[in-house]
Amino acid sequence: MNHHEVAIPMRTKFFTTGTKVLFGIMLLGLASYAYRLIAGIGAATNLNDQYPWGIWIAIDVASGVALAAGGFTTAALADIFHKEEYHAITRPALLTAMLGYTFVVIGLLADLGRYYNVWHPMLPSMWQGNSVLFEVGMCVMVYLSVLYIEFLPVVVERFRGRVRLPGPLASLNRFFESWLELAHKYLGRFISLFIIAGVVLSCLHQSSLGTLMVIAPTKLHPLWYTPISPLLFLLSAISVGFPTVIFESILASRSFKLQPELRILSSIARYTPILLGVYLGLKLSDITLREAWPFVWAFSTESFFWLAEILLGVFAPIVILASATRRHSVAWLFTAASLTIGGVALNRINVFLIGYTPLYDNGGYFPSVFEILVTAGLISALVLVYRWIVTVFPIISVPIESIPAHERAANGIRADMSGAK
Amino acid sequence: MGLNRREFLGLAAVGSAALLTGQSLAKDTHAEPIDCAETYGVLVDTVACIGCRKCEAACNRAHKLADLPPSAFEDKTVFDRHRRPDAAAYTVVNRFEDPKDPARKFTIKVQCMHCLHPACASACIVGALTKNAQGPVEYDAWKCIGCRYCMVACPFQVPAYEYANALDPQVRKCTFCSERILTEGKLPACVEICPNEALTYGRRDELLAAAYSRIKAFPDRYVNHVYGEHEVGGTSWLYLAPVEFTNTELPVLTADVIPTTTETIQHGVFKSFVPPLALYGLLGLIMHSLRDGKEEEAEVKS
Repeated sequence: MNHHEVAIPMRTKFFTTGTKVLFGIMLLGLASYAYRLIAGIGAATNLNDQYPWGIWIAIDVASGVALAAGGFTTAALADIFHKEEYHAITRPALLTAMLGYTFVVIGLLADLGRYYNVWHPMLPSMWQGNSVLFEVGMCVMVYLSVLYIEFLPVVVERFRGRVRLPGPLASLNRFFESWLELAHKYLGRFISLFIIAGVVLSCLHQSSLGTLMVIAPTKLHPLWYTPISPLLFLLSAISVGFPTVIFESILASRSFKLQPELRILSSIARYTPILLGVYLGLKLSDITLREAWPFVWAFSTESFFWLAEILLGVFAPIVILASATRRHSVAWLFTAASLTIGGVALNRINVFLIGYTPLYDNGGYFPSVFEILVTAGLISALVLVYRWIVTVFPIISVPIESIPAHERAANGIRADMSGAK
Repeated sequence: MGLNRREFLGLAAVGSAALLTGQSLAKDTHAEPIDCAETYGVLVDTVACIGCRKCEAACNRAHKLADLPPSAFEDKTVFDRHRRPDAAAYTVVNRFEDPKDPARKFTIKVQCMHCLHPACASACIVGALTKNAQGPVEYDAWKCIGCRYCMVACPFQVPAYEYANALDPQVRKCTFCSERILTEGKLPACVEICPNEALTYGRRDELLAAAYSRIKAFPDRYVNHVYGEHEVGGTSWLYLAPVEFTNTELPVLTADVIPTTTETIQHGVFKSFVPPLALYGLLGLIMHSLRDGKEEEAEVKS
């Protein structure tokens, strides 16, 4: 265990040029979201009877879920396989997953025609065991709750014995204190059950997202239509887990002027070429077995997107991260992580949009400005909420020596304390 | 974390029980084979069809669809392009020609095929779409959450959506006039009005027999293929045509039941809930044994 680092709330100015731009995009997204609710899907989107799913499903939901996989892969590595040295990255990864899934649900609600019925799958009278979407929905819902429970220890650490609500709310201080005390007392005993449940639930719905389009054999392009799609989705989600942690960690250290956790990041980057290699092997064997190579060389839109997905998003990061020297370079790590993230996101977009060919194409689909603004707004909002939470809660680890003495006292840090538990 | 092995296993059991909430996933609920004697359908004879569009008008009236004057359904210029059913028209008639003899035109009425093993019903997250053993694939808007996965799943690209409706949008498709047939004892509106008996309502096995006897009686008029007999495992609506169906808008489909692959994967992963629970147990064991190892190491060091 690393005895020299501890997670503390970041002290930083919230508004910089970057966050102001993000804030503006978020407001535009919010307005577009409101427009969709008031005017309807028809007015706000370019969806139609031939293209019932657009970027809100392909990017906000399908890519969103995949890129939030850092949460369960890191939890598995640090908590289940007890690689304690990685604890410094579990909290940022958990927060990314928690916010990622929260925004997946917000994005999904925009796409649902009857969003007010979103709770229906919970009713046993409406359970539909044949539906892949039912399983995805249930798993995502339960997993989102699990993620919030996994986050509770961070809340306890930050606020137990320190609840100071302003003004008239102060009378509730003791109420919250007693809950935090209760959580503190029992969470430790149960948390591992939730951590394992989170990994199982993730494996289930990450793979099932890949089963979704298997119900449309005549519409999904042969480059992506395969019965092993669930396995490919699961493997790519596991592969992209650490790259998202690396990507986000490097960005955060830039933003908060910290030293990147290079030792940990280059260490988890070791796994990525292996995982991506297995994924690539499976993907290519699948193409071979289904005799789909002619579609790769077809010089069609689909072949272009497939090649981009494989060469830039899978092959390139394998080559980059195969070298130990490059794994110890922040620039190379960031490049490879970005490529992997882009590759997996592109794969989801390919499966749900590019490779989807309706029977009676009536002019295709390109997202409307409102669709793009909602998607961009959700991503901006996620980054802003993330930034706000790391200033309130102890998420990001810093070396103990770097913390000024008065701040150590304020956060209850002793020099002999270890990092996040 | 102070947790001994017994406590851990006890808690693991509680956690596993919580996972069982999705029990119905594990149940093998593959669609029951449809009994042809019980299920009804419609035979569409595109040779007998005269393209009068009266079925479109009757459907529009029966379901109170788009507010159009009767004359709108007499306009034959609509045949210049191929239309699709949409939220305001559950059925449309399109015109095609014999590729060998372009002067020989024929018209095809399209609507929901009411599959025997509907992909839309298998896809639906809340069971809002169900196959009635009598024939109709029925939609319950009250259950629907509006995810439109049914539209992705349908191999005939039939379900349409009320995109213009902001608050209460519904999936819209031919209902097979199930309320008229099942509660009022009437024929579907389109069948009732058809002036040339191009549409025949009846038991599916009898319709198939009738179709083949027409093919046999007039082999020069019909191609020897009853569309919908085997396509996607069979549909309640069946078609006769003068030329190969590849010359029409009806898609080329094999006899494979569309939702079989997804249902097999789904039920395989959840077979009696064993695989998820096994994974849970395995991860629990790894977590526990590795933790013991670490603790021993720590003890040895101290």
